[in-house]
Amino acid sequence: MTTFLELTHVSKHFGGVRALRDVDLSLEAGEVHCLVGENGSGKSTLIKIIAGVQAPDPGGSIVLEGREHARLDPILSTKSGIQVIYQDLSLFPNMSVAENIAIGSHMGLPRLANWNRINDIAAKAMARINVNLDLETMVSDLSIANRQLVAICRAMAADAKLVIMDEPTASLTRHEVDSLLRVVNDLKNRDICTVFVSHRLDEVMEIAERVTVLRDGGKVGTFDASEITSRRLETLMTGHEFHYAPPRPGGEVAEVVLAVRNLSRPGHYEDISFDIRKGEIVGLTGLLGSGRTELALSIFGMNPPSRGTIEVSGKPLIASSNRVAIASGVAYVPEDRLMLGLALGQPISANILATVLDSLAGKFGLINPAKRVAAADDWIVRLNTKVSDLENPVGTLSGGNQQRVVLGKWMATKPRVLILDSPTVGVDIKAKDGIYEIVHRLAAEGVGVLLISDEAQEVFYHTHRVLVMRQGRLVSEVDPLSSTERNLQEEIYA
Amino acid sequence: MPKTIQRWTRSHEFWLLAVVIVLSMFLTAATDSFLTLQNLFDLLTSTSFAGILAAGLLVVLVFGGIDISFTAIASVAQYVALTIAKTYPIGWFGVFFVACCTGILCGLFNAVIIHKVRISSVIVTISTLNIFYGLLIYITRGDYITSLPSYFREGIWWFEFTDSNGFPYAINFQALLLVVAFFMTWVLLNKTNIGRQIYAMGGNEIAAERLGFHVFGLRCLVYGYMGFMAAIASISQAQLAQSVTPTTLIGKELEVLAAVVLGGASLAGGNGSVFGAVLGVMLIAILQNGLILLGVSSYWNQFFVGCVILLAVSATALSQRRRHAGLAS
Amino acid sequence: MKPSANRSLISRFVRENATTMTLATIFMAVLAVFGLILGDRLLSVGTFQSIAFQTPELGILGLAMMLALLSGGLNLSIISTANLCALTIASVLQFTIPWGDAGSVLWLTWQVGAVAAGLAVAILIGLLNGFIIAYLGVSPILATLGTMIACKGLAIGLTRGNVLSGFPDPIVAIGNGTYLGVPLAFLLFVALCVFVSVVLRRSSFGQKVYLVGANEKAAQFSGIHVKRVLLLTYALSGALAGCGGLVMMARFNSANASYGESFLLISILAAVLGGINPYGGTGKVSGLFAALLLLQLISSALNLMNFSQFLTIAIWGALLIGVSALRSGTGIFDRLHLFEFWRAKSAVSENP
Repeated sequence: MTTFLELTHVSKHFGGVRALRDVDLSLEAGEVHCLVGENGSGKSTLIKIIAGVQAPDPGGSIVLEGREHARLDPILSTKSGIQVIYQDLSLFPNMSVAENIAIGSHMGLPRLANWNRINDIAAKAMARINVNLDLETMVSDLSIANRQLVAICRAMAADAKLVIMDEPTASLTRHEVDSLLRVVNDLKNRDICTVFVSHRLDEVMEIAERVTVLRDGGKVGTFDASEITSRRLETLMTGHEFHYAPPRPGGEVAEVVLAVRNLSRPGHYEDISFDIRKGEIVGLTGLLGSGRTELALSIFGMNPPSRGTIEVSGKPLIASSNRVAIASGVAYVPEDRLMLGLALGQPISANILATVLDSLAGKFGLINPAKRVAAADDWIVRLNTKVSDLENPVGTLSGGNQQRVVLGKWMATKPRVLILDSPTVGVDIKAKDGIYEIVHRLAAEGVGVLLISDEAQEVFYHTHRVLVMRQGRLVSEVDPLSSTERNLQEEIYA
Repeated sequence: MPKTIQRWTRSHEFWLLAVVIVLSMFLTAATDSFLTLQNLFDLLTSTSFAGILAAGLLVVLVFGGIDISFTAIASVAQYVALTIAKTYPIGWFGVFFVACCTGILCGLFNAVIIHKVRISSVIVTISTLNIFYGLLIYITRGDYITSLPSYFREGIWWFEFTDSNGFPYAINFQALLLVVAFFMTWVLLNKTNIGRQIYAMGGNEIAAERLGFHVFGLRCLVYGYMGFMAAIASISQAQLAQSVTPTTLIGKELEVLAAVVLGGASLAGGNGSVFGAVLGVMLIAILQNGLILLGVSSYWNQFFVGCVILLAVSATALSQRRRHAGLAS
Repeated sequence: MKPSANRSLISRFVRENATTMTLATIFMAVLAVFGLILGDRLLSVGTFQSIAFQTPELGILGLAMMLALLSGGLNLSIISTANLCALTIASVLQFTIPWGDAGSVLWLTWQVGAVAAGLAVAILIGLLNGFIIAYLGVSPILATLGTMIACKGLAIGLTRGNVLSGFPDPIVAIGNGTYLGVPLAFLLFVALCVFVSVVLRRSSFGQKVYLVGANEKAAQFSGIHVKRVLLLTYALSGALAGCGGLVMMARFNSANASYGESFLLISILAAVLGGINPYGGTGKVSGLFAALLLLQLISSALNLMNFSQFLTIAIWGALLIGVSALRSGTGIFDRLHLFEFWRAKSAVSENP
């Protein structure tokens, strides 16, 4: 087998953050190689360097088809047959399927567009992987799974020799995942190297020939798939052996803080019923597209359900807006911390107090500055966060500390129910423990926690029980004390 | 085929066309003179300036940018070209050549600043509007040019047709340039790869960069094209008014922007069509024409235009919201 | 040890007011340079007084623009709002019979009533803007563009382009009178600066405006009533624009639909120069104030040097670009750096 691409001693840092540390990687033509690592392990940065969008720090080398480069650039990468399908798919929503697939033929010197050729290229690319979509449809009107197919067709149309797919299965149903894996096999038969970036280890093990594990920006190792188990991969990815941590709430049955009954919203979720008790941490997991976030947003008042009831501490909640939900004691830490949870340019203090501004205000709606400083100080201390100056923009903090600020903001509302949506995404492995510790402390103080996560491990080891959703329904409940992690994963991927 | 028709009936252009047709029918019924050849001919001629500018601005908006400086560019191009034409025998070709070069240069200036300084194109072009215009009036001291070359006075007069009252009509300079401008933009946006790249940039700039689009080059093209159109519009206007008056072209920027946005182009980029822009310009022109024919004092013109703009952008925003809400479920 | 006690008071003051202090330094430098060129034509009480007379109308409009900018938008309609307010006041004064005899309390009440009517109109326009932007979801540029054209059109339609002039003395005094040598208009301007500053820095509403401007979605998620905040922001912006209109009509003793059009660019320039982020989220009144004084100084000096007004606006244009260029390299606007950082971490998102 010929080596298509070889990276040696590749490092990258942004500002003060080390995204990659001295990574080596070699990719053979026609192999199926999986790159695994937790969020924040450096996978995305490595991909961007291969795609030529980022340049590695000086000192690294990239050998592409035999030729050495200090860095790649997008045009060179593309010409050499490197195609990256990013998690956001990089499609143009305002253009048709045909144009998105054949976008490559629009590049180059100014000339008339040959629409016949475009349709032709698109049709051929779709045929290669047995896809049948209407060429004229606007991509913005397609489902996520279909958009992904368009993205892969685009790679086919560009005569790819190396296709990198960044978390491709994140938004797919099991059926769609199977189709995707068939496509990957097709690529292999055409001598195209596929790099599959994923943290879903069961899918990885199904298809991979070799697996490279990244952790904290560095490479842990490259292994033959036949010589390693997903269990071992997990350990290598996280650097931990997991053991069970959270204490059971005492013998008595605590009061119910959140009662959801027959909650439905067609297209999002159907007939959901569950309880959360005071001091309980309930996990909620399932493949993306299972309706978890939609459900959470409904409880938080941002996605009105069409049927069913929600009760917070016995009082019915008609969640018409999140302000109503917050007033009833529901707090929600969104998955996308940077876009939805923080105002990066604003000071840390402003971010922490964002939720409680009205309650801090006195006469004429004015806030006493001393009171403000005291309140912000208080939360920083309670969160055990090291902050040199409260007035620094929150964007200067590390991912883990930023998440603590978001948590602090919600703790300030003294919630009864705290919903955490993938709270440790983009947080350093070491900082994750700090977050879990805060969550456990909150539960011990009597808050009912709903912990939503992609990572089976995270919910298994940090909750009192785990609810599994699939395609909008609650399909099972797993008790960590009496079950195994394997069991949970089977429920999720069944 | 049916699906394409179905898609079209839900589009912005369809509704706009419906509004234009309804408005025209109303005016035909309410006034004697709306649907006359003479009126329509005059309307076409007087809309030429704004229409050509709209043809250029559409491209900028599709790209995802915005330009407010084009009336200043037009003033500069007009003045430079006709000052030179006064002294040297450069002929039609020379006039256009000089004007377009000037316009393109100004447009490139915009592009370079926007790209290098990395601030929003609104702020940059508000600044360059003042730079171009301020320098022009300062250097020329607000001079008018009223003695234009003889060929300029004659203009063109093709395919003459005389109606029953003995009034002659023909495709004149303004009409020709207007059609040429929209045709060029149509070809650019729909028939060239560059035009499709412009749509792509407007739709997803990050994806375009990742794919290796030459962002700076495209930006120069887009703003240069706007400058080019501004120059053409300025010559059209100069021929119509038979004079060069730098101070009168300024002030219409935001109305041209309104017309293009009315036509379906969004400020975020990625949408808009020539047909829509044409309809947008038509709507505002017919509205203003209709008001005059209905006997409404011209002092109220701007008010009605403003109200139409408010109604149109509100309706667009509401329908977009409904569409997104629909897709989400 | 509390984090807030970590920095000494002086270093904190310097850092938070960096923009204002830079501008103050530049002011001194410019004063020195022009002072050398122009001597006592510039460095006289008369010049400073004329600066103090001319700054308020632009300054108050600058405050109006600043509010819109802070919330992440733009208000193109401030001039038209100002003019419509001025014309309303003028119409009430000219077309209603004055109450009471000249000099009486009733007479003054009548004028206050006229001013109130004008401000009511200005607030209404602001509410219209806020409604269209917040509740209908129209982009601020387009919304205020529409109201700008509609308001100007309304003004022209009602006045047929005419000028309304000749107002009672108390009104004229607002624009031209002084108290202890300081123009009344300037005192009004300073008072409004203090008011806006207090609202922005100390009220919960002000904090919300900053958060909405910095990240509207995050503010929404935090439970902030974004729609109401934007509605109030534009209403306040309109009210301030109305005050600007009052000062303009008082100074010129006349009102017209087309006054002050050149102020639009200069108000944006003053805001950006004063450290206000054109994308929203940061900026202080003190910065705007310093920027306005600096611009007025330059303007007066150029005037004394007989610079054509057209050359001056070209200079303003170049200055806006120059200042924005400098700003986009500094930390406040370093979105690029933060954006890179974010891309490196590539958070998972459900909706592509």
